[in-house]
Amino acid sequence: MSKTEAFTGADAASEAMRQINPDVVAAYPITPQTPIVMKFSQFVADGEVDTEMIRVESEHSAMSACVGASAAGARAMTATASAGLALMWEILGVASGSRLPIVMNVVNRALSAPINIHCDHSDSMGARDISWIQIYSENAQEVYENTILAIKLAEHPDVHLPVMVCQDGFITSHGIQNVKIFDDNKIREFLGERKPIKALLNVKDPVTMGPLQLQDYYFETKKQQDIAMQNAKKTYLEVGKALSGITGNTYDFVEAYNLDDAEVVVVTLNSTAGTVKSVVDKMKSTGKKVGLLKIKLFRPFPYEKVAQLLENKRAVAILDRSESFGADAPIYGELKNALYNANNKPKLQSYIFGLGGRDIYEEDIESVFNDLISNNIDPNKRYIGVRE
Amino acid sequence: MNFKQLAAKPQKLASGHRSCAGCGFPIIVRAVLASTDDPIVVANATGCLEVTTTIYPYSSWKIPFIHSAFENAGATISGVETAYKALKKKGKINQEIKFVAFGGDGGTYDIGLQSLSGTLERGHNILYVLYDNEAYMNTGIQRSSATPFGASTTTDPAGKLRPGKQEFKKNIAKVVAAHNIPYVAQASVHNLIDLTKKAEKAFSINGPKFMVVLQPCTLGWRYPSAKTIEIAKLAVESCFWPLYEIENGEYKLTYKPRDKIPVTDFLKPQGRFKHLFSPGNGQMLQKIQEHVDLEWGRLLKLCGEA
Repeated sequence: MSKTEAFTGADAASEAMRQINPDVVAAYPITPQTPIVMKFSQFVADGEVDTEMIRVESEHSAMSACVGASAAGARAMTATASAGLALMWEILGVASGSRLPIVMNVVNRALSAPINIHCDHSDSMGARDISWIQIYSENAQEVYENTILAIKLAEHPDVHLPVMVCQDGFITSHGIQNVKIFDDNKIREFLGERKPIKALLNVKDPVTMGPLQLQDYYFETKKQQDIAMQNAKKTYLEVGKALSGITGNTYDFVEAYNLDDAEVVVVTLNSTAGTVKSVVDKMKSTGKKVGLLKIKLFRPFPYEKVAQLLENKRAVAILDRSESFGADAPIYGELKNALYNANNKPKLQSYIFGLGGRDIYEEDIESVFNDLISNNIDPNKRYIGVRE
Repeated sequence: MNFKQLAAKPQKLASGHRSCAGCGFPIIVRAVLASTDDPIVVANATGCLEVTTTIYPYSSWKIPFIHSAFENAGATISGVETAYKALKKKGKINQEIKFVAFGGDGGTYDIGLQSLSGTLERGHNILYVLYDNEAYMNTGIQRSSATPFGASTTTDPAGKLRPGKQEFKKNIAKVVAAHNIPYVAQASVHNLIDLTKKAEKAFSINGPKFMVVLQPCTLGWRYPSAKTIEIAKLAVESCFWPLYEIENGEYKLTYKPRDKIPVTDFLKPQGRFKHLFSPGNGQMLQKIQEHVDLEWGRLLKLCGEA
């Protein structure tokens, strides 16, 4: 039982939220996230969900209210982008450190300055080490399914961590695609109700949340957080398998596209993976041995899986849509780490592309593949489509 | 509630916490929490209260408590209260629960003002209690917008050129009252009957309620720890800190000193104002008295007592 809708990526997120029917949503407008909460607000106004909405005065308060609601025992969600995520930063750490299973859609957008409303991944990549699980989505369909999966993953007793589900600003969030929507009841049955171990509203069992931990306890709390993050890998696969029973789709850490035959590979995430697929198809038809590795789960990072899929390849290009100024770009750095122990290491080439929404074209990606094929590889960062 | 009744109430903040000898806030917190028999959930801004009562693995809180950050006690309690509404609507909770946020002056007048304003404007059914010790005491007595004119703090110390803070204290009750919430009250730690009466009234009202309670700080104000209650009383008797409430926009004085004492009686016992009594600084004392007189006159008018 499913139906197909013409949805933007933002619609897909709102639709997932409608099916999830969270207890509390606290949100603040920011381009290009706003259509998610606008549409969801209409669901609230029309009584299609039971959610209590908090129309906060900032993203800092959006995340703070989610922390309060989640600590109280509610299922809490929000959505944001760019500066909004940056403003939340302090409370992102409170959410993960307090082990609260908040789920947030992030519509990836460049960070200021200069101010720019278009897509790149500086926002969520800037928050990659704050102990939030990060799932990246190629298209609206993945946004929808990842958002549902995220709830179950976040609330799993082995995990208890917040999750961000990322999609590309405008490209995915505002582009209309066909999205297959599954039956409300099946999704709700899959998710069940949140069953918190401790909750503020359980007044008979009072709990002190957010205490002061000094030299004698803080370190253990942080270690437990990393264990939970490591657990999230296994749980992600388990939850994905269960969701697969409804959707028929698979939820691996990565998507391998024409990888078995490939000698050279492009690694990227989010919507650009779709563009790469089209280039792979075209080049494959002319006999080129090219493939794509799309990262879906970026935190925790699937080092073993990536190494297993890429060792023995001749050359790999990593396309990052964000910078790490003065250091290796985020995905490139992880790939290098993943392959350190590989027996047969491929050559790696880092590319930065698309900052501030600069378009990337099929010919750009074809040219990247050709660099790999002709062994035009060096240790420097390369930039796609930037003026010197 | 009289003293006997107050003393008989269950203790919701246990003893053994690590606040300073002579600290005023345990008295304030206990009095507020004793003012309702319903279960209470507390949110607390970062500050002295939080760090002295929640040192892991211990907690002084016998009721549910959450601390999130410095500037978001308002937003945090908004989330908790909204979760309550949502779960009550779904039939998962049936009992009545009250929601209280505690914040100091730094977390309320300054860094948490936006979060508080949003909470008040959205109409959450909560009580926000500000314990006002007139500076950032937890980090070592730095100036806040609640620090009074003339006071010496570690970031605006009395020096050869600049004699302490040169700006008057922000009037937080007026700022809050401008949100047109149903109940705003100003109270003091030395007058527990007045304080609990206000807290009881606040708990009986639906919507956002706000109380600001003066809390002398033995370290920051620099006076012997036995004198907290006495100093607070001098603040009220001099009309530096009048006791009043604003109910649905109507101002009402809840205590009127029989004989208004000079503000110097309040300032003199405190080390933070010591430099004002040095030769040549008399003008500043005069300025403070004039300010107190002006504000007191305005308040009397608002309360229909002038």
